[in-house]
Amino acid sequence: MDIKKVIMPIVGLVLWELLAIWLNNPVVLPPVENVIKILINPQITLLGTGTLVENTLVSIKRVLSGFIVAGVVGIPLGIFMGYFSTVMDLFDTVIELLRPIPPLAWVPLALAWFGIGETSMLFIIFIGAFFPILLNTIAGVKGVPKILIETAQTLGAREKDILLKVVIPASSPNILTGLRIGAGIAWMCVVAAEMLPGSSAGLGYLIMYAYSLSRMDVVVASMVIIGIIGLTLDRGLRYIEDRYFRWRYLIK
Amino acid sequence: MENILEIRNVSKKFVSKKKEILAVDNITFNVKYNEFLSIVGPSGCGKSTLLRMIAGLEKPTSGEILMEGRRIEGPGAERGLVFQQYTLLPWRNVLDNVAFGLEIRGMPKKERYEIAKRFIKMIGLEGFEEAYPYELSGGMQQRVAIARTLANDPKIVLMDEPFGALDTQTRTILQHELLRIWEKEKKTVIFVTHSVDEAIYLSDRVIVMTARPGRIKDIIPIDLERPRKRDTLEFIEYRRRIVNILKDEVLKSYNMYNYSKDV
Ligand SMILES: Nc1ncnc2c1ncn2[C@@H]1O[C@H](COP(=O)(O)OP(=O)(O)OP(=O)(O)O)[C@@H](O)[C@H]1O
Ligand SMILES: [Mg+2]
Repeated sequence: MDIKKVIMPIVGLVLWELLAIWLNNPVVLPPVENVIKILINPQITLLGTGTLVENTLVSIKRVLSGFIVAGVVGIPLGIFMGYFSTVMDLFDTVIELLRPIPPLAWVPLALAWFGIGETSMLFIIFIGAFFPILLNTIAGVKGVPKILIETAQTLGAREKDILLKVVIPASSPNILTGLRIGAGIAWMCVVAAEMLPGSSAGLGYLIMYAYSLSRMDVVVASMVIIGIIGLTLDRGLRYIEDRYFRWRYLIK
Repeated sequence: MENILEIRNVSKKFVSKKKEILAVDNITFNVKYNEFLSIVGPSGCGKSTLLRMIAGLEKPTSGEILMEGRRIEGPGAERGLVFQQYTLLPWRNVLDNVAFGLEIRGMPKKERYEIAKRFIKMIGLEGFEEAYPYELSGGMQQRVAIARTLANDPKIVLMDEPFGALDTQTRTILQHELLRIWEKEKKTVIFVTHSVDEAIYLSDRVIVMTARPGRIKDIIPIDLERPRKRDTLEFIEYRRRIVNILKDEVLKSYNMYNYSKDV
């Protein structure tokens, strides 16, 4: 690895540690070693609300559920909207109006509709992941070169073949990009959703609970985990893009 | 019935916001079963447009095209088109590109791969079955597209400058292969080319089109025994004749008709 890439993180850690020693107030800034202690012992129950691992798994499970529902709704809808102009005309206005509303603005409505608890959180995550997935899918389908569809037609393809064997594969790189962006936003939404009243597990909850007990070391350790998982998610999906959709960048 | 295709008073006008372009102007001709027909004409005279209308990708603005007595309403596998542009599906390797038409017809994998491999061999790309389009040169991609159309076994093969990007040697081999398939499988071929030589070498008749708007300037039957030799007097005479007809039209398309005596 390039040595230049690790200089700044190390400098940051050193400054943090110096600042923590100088402040000598763990409620404002916990020393590095306290945070590391928590991170290297993720199986220890924290503040009586389960371990770091347990809370992380709860968050991941929520993200996955909301994200999968968003994909199951967003991808087919996007394909139909991109391909059939009637479907586009039907849904376009509604989607354009809803799209700019940040997921967290839905919180009061979600609580009113689904009450405090799991369903509301899933709804917020769904909203967060849905729009990037939908919009990227639409863009992908609209961007399919017309000549590829015509080629398939002159080889005898019917509407169904064109959708399954031309439109979907041709737009799959864009769909995957949408999934990657959607996953990132879903991950941010879960943490926010778990900070809502009524939540009793998950990384977001752990952060708020630790804050109420002035345990900033737990807060920071949870933040580090959130960052690492978000990064892993992004890198993983990017890897799939590069590996299986290489042709996308190499079209002549 | 001796005509597989009847093109009757076909015109095509492209209308956009700013202007109208009359690409094809009142063209009428018939194509016989198992005929090899070439079309030559200046760039932009409507050759591709004509092929696309026969393929069913473009509707004539007026007139009609009949295949075996029935009006063509849309694209279909019985009229295969080798496009002028690169059109391989970039996520499919060579084998799956060539087998594409057979695949959507529901042919089992083993069978369609067998056929596809035969055509890949024919175009001289044996060993490239697993290669993806981005790993191929332009000429190689063009050859794969030819194999893909032929493997699909259309009754009418429409080819839009299929050998444009190939070197002379490869071109000669493929001309030969094309003639072989055309004779053996009793296909009807409509072949657009810029090479007068190629048109004479391959065709039963050569259609010369005018500069845009494209009309038929002349139809020249080529009465030469096959296999043809390019250096016989008759061949050279045909070439002289067609090049002469063509020259005026090419100059016209440059608005240079008045200078034609000097060029
Ligand atoms: N979709 C389209 N919209 C508008 N104009 C078009 C369209 N397709 C073709 N044209 C116009 O119609 C005319 C004929 O085009 P066409 O592609 O058929 O020419 P061509 O004879 O195949 O030329 P070349 O030998 O260069 O391939 C051109 O003037 C072109 O600009
Ligand atoms: Mg053309």
